[in-house]
Amino acid sequence: MAMGRMPSRRSFLGQAGAVGLGLVAAPAWAETIKLPLNGGPQEREITTGFPQKGAMILQRTRPPLLETPMEVFDRGIFTPNDRFYVRWHWAVIPGEVDVATFKLAVRGHVERPLSLSLAELLAMPRVELAAVNQCSGNSRGLFQPRVPGGQWDHGAMGNAKWTGVRLKEVLDRAGVKAGAVAVRFNGLDEPVVDGAPDFMKSLAVDHARDGEVMIAFAMNGEQLPLMNGFPLRLVVPGWYSTYWVKMLSDIEVLGAPDQNYWMATAYRIPDTPHASVKPGETGFKTVPINRMVPRSFITNLAAGAVVHAAAPTPVRGIAFGGDAGVAKVDLSTDGGKTWQPARLGADAGKYSFRQWETTVTLAGRGSRALMARCTNSAGVAQPDTANWNPGGFMRNVVETTPITVS
Amino acid sequence: MRGRSLALVIAIGAAAAPLWALAQAPPQLKSVNFDLPVGDRMFPGDAAADAINNNCLACHSAGMVLTQPRLSRAEWQAEVDKMRNTYKAPVAAEDVPAIVDYLAKLGGT
Repeated sequence: MAMGRMPSRRSFLGQAGAVGLGLVAAPAWAETIKLPLNGGPQEREITTGFPQKGAMILQRTRPPLLETPMEVFDRGIFTPNDRFYVRWHWAVIPGEVDVATFKLAVRGHVERPLSLSLAELLAMPRVELAAVNQCSGNSRGLFQPRVPGGQWDHGAMGNAKWTGVRLKEVLDRAGVKAGAVAVRFNGLDEPVVDGAPDFMKSLAVDHARDGEVMIAFAMNGEQLPLMNGFPLRLVVPGWYSTYWVKMLSDIEVLGAPDQNYWMATAYRIPDTPHASVKPGETGFKTVPINRMVPRSFITNLAAGAVVHAAAPTPVRGIAFGGDAGVAKVDLSTDGGKTWQPARLGADAGKYSFRQWETTVTLAGRGSRALMARCTNSAGVAQPDTANWNPGGFMRNVVETTPITVS
Repeated sequence: MRGRSLALVIAIGAAAAPLWALAQAPPQLKSVNFDLPVGDRMFPGDAAADAINNNCLACHSAGMVLTQPRLSRAEWQAEVDKMRNTYKAPVAAEDVPAIVDYLAKLGGT
């Protein structure tokens, strides 16, 4: 893929300094990675310039969009905090949070509005669960035809052990009034421009009180990295990350459906199977994006890998069931004509990544298409054709890893 | 107080679905204070990029725009309209054609 039109980062460092935007110096060299985005641009910088983060794929500096490189997912089912992907909508993100003065408000259609300190939350009964956090637009860069938006490969996802308090417990303390229909969540981030829609998301009141939705203050046993939502983030197991509001500071119980932009206009999907429509189609009914769907990935072989003919080749990866557990993962080495079951690794809970592995012996030299397919415990399998919608949401087609047998 | 919350933890633990595990040690949260990178990259193209550089870098860095696929002029016009009308970007109407011209020449291979 030619990159002729794309200038190198290096050529801009001088210019940027000249207009005074170079507030945080970038290194003069930059390691890059090529993402398999058909039609390009494919090249991205690998950055280590963000606080509490290791090497990440730079999709956007401000507001930050940082993608997890695929090799991280080969090392285990829990994504380390310093490699966990980052996605913000607005650039006004407080860099400083004081744990002594931070307050979480609970208000609206309640008997007793609350202003909870972190100490008060930490004194409440604690729960922990493993859950995948995945951006609604994960893998958007693979849509054909391409659509605007963050051009992610598969790394806008991660799995962590979340620790916190049940949202239900907090709502019960405030006393949800009869007639409540939804609960809306807001964080400390703000739009740059006055009048722009503050980022807020809401859940139906029954969902908010289902005992699974959590206000998390720890991730993999540590406090949340700032860019993953310190000090509190909502955890909505089985649902896309758009609902997992970061730097959660305000919970408002609503007596009427939420008409805010981020529910009524943005993050909507076609109300069709696989949220799929024909490119260019208009006039379809939409609903807010909601439950995740099963996915699986080969993590130990990248596209273009070369393996030896007639030698046992381990193939492994990760899978998740979306809103249900992983029932099975099957592998195909012939582009989907035949399938064989993979062995599943330890079960860390229905919302977690689950590792899988198998060993194949490939006869004959040439190109092969490896494919992994997850079926969840509700019997839902990944489809063999890709969905399409204008938002680039909910991709979960069986992915193909082309390799060469030599 | 501490004793009572421990009792609650145990009571709820017994009633919880097997999905849940109870966290052990109480976490200690520490205040943080970091500077996030701002992004130092400008849109290339000298005078042709003046309108986009002057209007579009207040709310976001250049990187994501420069990594978009090739989009039609109509698609770019819709993006700029969304930035102005929905996200309230203070972009003067007379600058819009130059911004869309620039964007329509970007992208892809």
